[in-house]
Amino acid sequence: MNQVALPFKQIEANDLERMTKKQKRIKTFKGFSFLAPSVLLFSLFLFYPLGRTIYLSLFLTNSSGITTVFVGLENYQNIFLSPIFLKSLQSTFLFVLYTVPGAILVSLFLAIIANEKLKGIGFFRTMYASTMGISTAAASVFWLFLFHPTIGWLNQLLNVIGVAPIGWLTDPEWALISVAISTVWMNIGFTFLVLLGGLQSIDYYLYESADIDGAGYFYKLRRITLPMLSPTLFFVITVTFINAFQTFGQIDMLTRGGPQNETHLMVYSIYQEAFMNYQFGTASAQAIILFVFILVLTIIQFKLGERKVHYQ
Amino acid sequence: MTTSLRRKVVFYTLLTLTAFLVFAPTFIAFMMSFMSNQEIMTGQIIPRSLTFDNYVQVFQRFPLMQYLLNSLIVSLLIMVGQLVISSLAAYAFVFIDFKGRDLIFFIFIATMMVPFEASIIPNFHTIRDLNWIDSYPGLSVPFFAMAFGTFLLRQHFKQIPKELKEASEISGIGDFKFYLTVVLPVAKSSLVTLGVYGFLTSWNMYLWPLLATTDDRFRTVQIGLRQLQTQEQLNEWGVIMAGAVIVVIPTLVLLFVGQKKLQQGLTEGALK
Repeated sequence: MNQVALPFKQIEANDLERMTKKQKRIKTFKGFSFLAPSVLLFSLFLFYPLGRTIYLSLFLTNSSGITTVFVGLENYQNIFLSPIFLKSLQSTFLFVLYTVPGAILVSLFLAIIANEKLKGIGFFRTMYASTMGISTAAASVFWLFLFHPTIGWLNQLLNVIGVAPIGWLTDPEWALISVAISTVWMNIGFTFLVLLGGLQSIDYYLYESADIDGAGYFYKLRRITLPMLSPTLFFVITVTFINAFQTFGQIDMLTRGGPQNETHLMVYSIYQEAFMNYQFGTASAQAIILFVFILVLTIIQFKLGERKVHYQ
Repeated sequence: MTTSLRRKVVFYTLLTLTAFLVFAPTFIAFMMSFMSNQEIMTGQIIPRSLTFDNYVQVFQRFPLMQYLLNSLIVSLLIMVGQLVISSLAAYAFVFIDFKGRDLIFFIFIATMMVPFEASIIPNFHTIRDLNWIDSYPGLSVPFFAMAFGTFLLRQHFKQIPKELKEASEISGIGDFKFYLTVVLPVAKSSLVTLGVYGFLTSWNMYLWPLLATTDDRFRTVQIGLRQLQTQEQLNEWGVIMAGAVIVVIPTLVLLFVGQKKLQQGLTEGALK
């Protein structure tokens, strides 16, 4: 590789070998020093705490997080017997079921109509993308007003069309749906931007040749757009899935897990168990369950997306 | 001719209608921030007269300035930290060939499978033991290393011709100098994309700042908004909305300016 830098005198074979060995060592050293900050931080704030969470999940702890009694898998047994945690699991799955298809279908529709070559389309794209710039806390404040029982716009609209008001955040029947609606709105910006990017990277030539064959709008949508978009769609679905499992901010702002634990989603449950009840052992067991869910989702994404995802 | 006109009408109708619906919650909040409490309570839609009273109030009654400053510092710290650390790692993956590189690469991929929530309890204890509760390092350092950013930059660094690296080696330019003077300037646009992304996500962070701060001197705006909402008892919507609008403006501006770049970056993250 670096022969030019070597002296011109005749070089013995084992000298050369020693040189390349030394060079290899230098390269390894250099490589590791460039990677050291990342590896160090990952170890300290990701891998060590993950191991520690597993460890904690096998113990009872005191309120400052120091382990007291080894209980083995008892924490896991207990949470799966606890009606509150089971309810939390159920709510989380329902929430995923509402938000993932909701966000994907709405954003896909928006991305398709915003992909038309029309005058002023940039303005509409900006409008759709705007929710990405709005934090969970701010968005929750916006929706808290819209959901307000008396002055909120949603109930005012219902009033206009003569429907009885709904307790959006207080009625156990509605609370999870309401939080899901606001979450779909918060997700639109990101999913829209990614899907639009996917649409724009489809080769225009495909549409031109379909036009020559006289294909209609919906035919092209079904036969060209959706199949070509499938890798992006797949990516967005996984990310929305994972985000739904990690939902916390809007729960904390809108419902605090209530009413009747209807919106007590997993991360909120972990938060409460750990930082309000100081039960770090059971909270860790719950965190590990969450980790397993997300791990499986990510592996599915890597496996199924393999043809399209080339990291190496 | 007529079909294309009809098509245009259909699309513009759909676009306008949906844009109106998507933007409505934000628009309403903006309007409310300029309305008196009486106007809000009587269900007005458009403010009769613009009043900046709510904005004055929110700054007077809450340490909003301090919250904004904290968020700015924390977001900038995270942004710079991520750029430096991700670009160093990406450089090693592209330009330095060494044993063990593939293993470390696998470790980076593995980090994407661990949600932050799975490690949040020990992380809280670590920060507490380091005496980093209520401090800028405690709010920012745990987010410096980032696999997504490393992969994004790696993708761009790969486009730099290998010959350039070989030539620099021959003329005796070391790796660090090559990284600083050649690679970083060439990859400027992807650094900007990652920077915007990092700033946006850090500014909007919620759970970690909630745990890692107990004191107004270090609270970020998102937690400030939570304080605002709980303390106001939902009576003064105008003041709360003024606070929310102020929190949202920096990220909205950043999004509007960097939308194209961000979209490219995100799509590449999705496809490569």
